[in-house]
Amino acid sequence: MEYYVRTELLGKAFPSEKKGGDDYVVFEDLNVGIRKGEFVTCIGHSGCGKSTVLNVFAGLEKATAGASFLGNRVIESPGLDRAVVFQNHSLLPWRSALKNVEFAVKARWPQWSAAEVETHSRKFLSLVGLDKSVDRKPYQLSGGMRQRVGIARAFAIKSELLLMDEPFGALDALTRGVIQDELVRIWSHTDQTVFMITHDVDEAILLSDRILLMTNGPRARVAEAVVVDLPRPRNRATIIHEPKYYATRNHLVDFLVRRSQELSDDQAGSDARTVPTSVDGELVYPPEIIPGESESANLTAAMAAQC
Amino acid sequence: MYFRIRAASLSLVIFLCFLFAWHVLTADRRVAADSRTLSPGERSQLLENGMPESDAIGYAQKGLTYEQILQISELGLSLEDIDGAGGIEAFGFTTGGAAEEARTGFPSPALVWEEAYEQIRHPFYDKGPNDKGIGIQLKYSLLRVGAGFFLAVLIAVPVGFLVGMSPLVNLALAPFIQILKPISPLAWLPVALYVIKDAEQASIFVILVCSVWPMLINTAFGVASVKRDYINIAKTLELSPMQTALQVILPAAAPTIFTGMRISIGIAWLVIVAAEMVIGGIGMGYFVWNEWNGLNLASMIFAIFVIGFVGLLLDFLIGQLIRFSDYKE
Ligand SMILES: Nc1ncnc2c1ncn2[C@@H]1O[C@H](COP(=O)(O)OP(=O)(O)O)[C@@H](O)[C@H]1O
Ligand SMILES: [Mg+2]
Repeated sequence: MEYYVRTELLGKAFPSEKKGGDDYVVFEDLNVGIRKGEFVTCIGHSGCGKSTVLNVFAGLEKATAGASFLGNRVIESPGLDRAVVFQNHSLLPWRSALKNVEFAVKARWPQWSAAEVETHSRKFLSLVGLDKSVDRKPYQLSGGMRQRVGIARAFAIKSELLLMDEPFGALDALTRGVIQDELVRIWSHTDQTVFMITHDVDEAILLSDRILLMTNGPRARVAEAVVVDLPRPRNRATIIHEPKYYATRNHLVDFLVRRSQELSDDQAGSDARTVPTSVDGELVYPPEIIPGESESANLTAAMAAQC
Repeated sequence: MYFRIRAASLSLVIFLCFLFAWHVLTADRRVAADSRTLSPGERSQLLENGMPESDAIGYAQKGLTYEQILQISELGLSLEDIDGAGGIEAFGFTTGGAAEEARTGFPSPALVWEEAYEQIRHPFYDKGPNDKGIGIQLKYSLLRVGAGFFLAVLIAVPVGFLVGMSPLVNLALAPFIQILKPISPLAWLPVALYVIKDAEQASIFVILVCSVWPMLINTAFGVASVKRDYINIAKTLELSPMQTALQVILPAAAPTIFTGMRISIGIAWLVIVAAEMVIGGIGMGYFVWNEWNGLNLASMIFAIFVIGFVGLLLDFLIGQLIRFSDYKE
């Protein structure tokens, strides 16, 4: 496949607390793929393993089986080719907002002068609307502002892959909209690839090329990849008038409310997987679904992917 | 602010009460000049020097200090011989020195204040090995504490880093730390004196030993409890282990490390006084002990106040470091 960022039969299990107890298997034989330059989000219920996948891509978490790749390199450790926006913002509390961003910028371009580092860092802080608070320490910022510093830091190092774990969760609706637009703007002007976790269906539709739907754990899997077939640039006010908008939205909501659990029960009930993860040595990636296209077309696509 | 002022006023009231009680208890309780008695230890020392006990008490009743009586005993003459030769005055001893001090059992605040005033006016006077100003004594104590403490920092911080970073090193060093930590630093003094054979270096060694543990343990704890998130930031930015240690772990653990230093400097200041009492020669501890032996109680009490005040100052200085390095999450 032409996936740029991908996992191959990835497995992650946490050993049981009790001696002799069963391991907690977050997922196994997981195949996830993201094309170069693509904006992919991942939704699924809390605790299903979204952060775990993201952390494996970031190189911060070791998988217990399988492998993950960035281009043709195996991901083994964290690196500057990947920028991470952590779920809990993760700023260094003894540094001001500006110094936090500068810290990353300096690491990315060690040869830069202090002035260059500062100018670049300030630019990205003002992109997220923080020009006036750059000298404040994290504890002097609100949760949303802290998160924005984390986002500015990730944007500023212009990595190949941007990994974001529920980055807008702590933001109020207004700020969230502004930063979403900024994110799309930055992304569309670069060849950055984005993998983002969210629990907000509308956000996923607004931003994504494709949305990965993850079933409930344990042994979670990506049931399907929903293609968001809506033209860009998208506008949050007018997008609802697009023909496929409601089909897509309903599909996602239906998945979260009903199918994520059903598909998960399927898995837990039998040892044999109902969906093969590899056929004749060829890895099988989640089928791509376009909500709003005829059901039969999708069904054939899904069948084809499975068989 | 208002709260601060109230607290300060209360402190002042407590201090004044203390001064008043001290004054009432010590003023005007004059003791007869001849009631100066020798301690059993002093008496047996004199006996050893060949002075009969009756002679010793006789001298004491004349109002001679123990030091003076000791010197007389070294002359090897009996009380009769001396009286025959024109009395002890003929030998250059002035009577009444002990009487002067013994007039009140314990010096009054006013007396201590007079003494303090004199001492502060001439802190660096130097009249031979047993008579130096408090400034000189203080300088020596501070230099010893400074040297020992500095060496302890050089050892404790890197080793603490290792212990905090590596669970293996932590487990491997734990038994040594657990056994060495509870040993009183003064117990090392004879060992140090025997091995190093230099009182100065031995006292520095004792300071090192007593201040190394709190710093080491706090550094290890501070380093081990640095949030995973901060380390992850360093990892995603591909910082070298050295950069991670200096730019992430050190600032994150600094308040805890400085807190260890604060405990250490407090202990070091306690220990140096005791060590100097044992080693002698010079320093605040020796000074206190010497003034006690010479029964210069006022001077001794002044020295004790100085020790307390300097201890407070040391604590304050490191407290500033903690404040400076502290951060809110
Ligand atoms: N260190 C750990 N030990 C045991 N279980 C863990 C650990 N970290 C995560 N898990 C479990 O792994 C599952 C997936 O976690 P995570 O990837 O954070 O989920 P989410 O989809 O909410 O981001 C959860 O059920 C969680 O309980
Ligand atoms: Mg998560």
